[in-house]
Amino acid sequence: MSISKKIVDDFVANDVSFITTVPCKQLAGVIEEVEARPEIFHIPSNKEDEGMGLCAGAFMGGKRPAIIMQNTAIGVTINTLATLIQYYHMPLPMLISFRGELREPVACQVEMAVHTKALLAQLNIPTFHFHKESDADELDAILKYTFMCNKPVAILTDASFWGGYGDQ
Amino acid sequence: MIRSEILREIAPILRDQLVICNIGLPSQELHMIDDQPTNFYMLGTMGLSSSIGLGLALAQPKTVISIDGDGSVLTNLGTLPTIANNVADNFILLIIDNGSYGSTGDQPTYAGKKTKLEAVAAACGCENVVTCQGVDTGEALQAAINSKQMTVIVCKCDSGNIKLPVITKDPVVIRDRFMTAVAS
Repeated sequence: MSISKKIVDDFVANDVSFITTVPCKQLAGVIEEVEARPEIFHIPSNKEDEGMGLCAGAFMGGKRPAIIMQNTAIGVTINTLATLIQYYHMPLPMLISFRGELREPVACQVEMAVHTKALLAQLNIPTFHFHKESDADELDAILKYTFMCNKPVAILTDASFWGGYGDQ
Repeated sequence: MIRSEILREIAPILRDQLVICNIGLPSQELHMIDDQPTNFYMLGTMGLSSSIGLGLALAQPKTVISIDGDGSVLTNLGTLPTIANNVADNFILLIIDNGSYGSTGDQPTYAGKKTKLEAVAAACGCENVVTCQGVDTGEALQAAINSKQMTVIVCKCDSGNIKLPVITKDPVVIRDRFMTAVAS
């Protein structure tokens, strides 16, 4: 089974039925899988804070939401995380492409990678880092944890987890 | 006609609907005029009223009205293509367009200058865009509710604020009573 399929299976098994995405090269497979599932309403957003607004609304409408985005988005969503998702105690699994780690070919991505965990820690956001494919075995438990505690939770997935960028 | 006068006039229409109300003075005004459990007051996060409203409308069948401002829509302009391409016929976006950032001291917005939000919404693909004057807002809103078609209303009105207190309700209380009203 592909890792993208396994991830989306876990979302579906946890009744996550509303997913917004902002693309990243590493996330292309999982976004394609989200789009293909009839159990999930997939709504691409133009910016990640907009996506978090959509998720907040869907949650209040009785759906379990999730956002799939790149770690650069942490820089543009801090206010939304603090004053909407955290302030109103809403659950939000964030499946995040962790660019700028080992096997990264684009130097500029490292500039945000060095801030990613520090920013998440500053926000008191529970954070999990998937480096090997077997790390995804915890996704089911992470999703249950997220909807148990009504918090945003970050799942950082790096290039090694996704199998790198090919020959570099 | 200024925003608070419009809200006072449309309050009887809003009362029966789910309302996502924009941050700052609009929420404070609606809270003072007619506090209802069906009102979700945004205490922070400028720009996301339309996004929260669309997410809510897509997730359940009741009519949802997002009250937004021209400045807030400009902050989150990417919302309009998302709305246009994910049609929820139970969703109404009511943009109170007074050409100014009211909550921060009535600084002018670009919507009060050359930018026409109704034209932006139409260019983004929104199919039912209605422009009205402040005095006609109630009529336009009721027509949008009756039409059962996703509608963007751009309500042109004067800038100006009234003095009123901030909302001191706990955000989790606002959210919890709102979710109870949504589910009822």
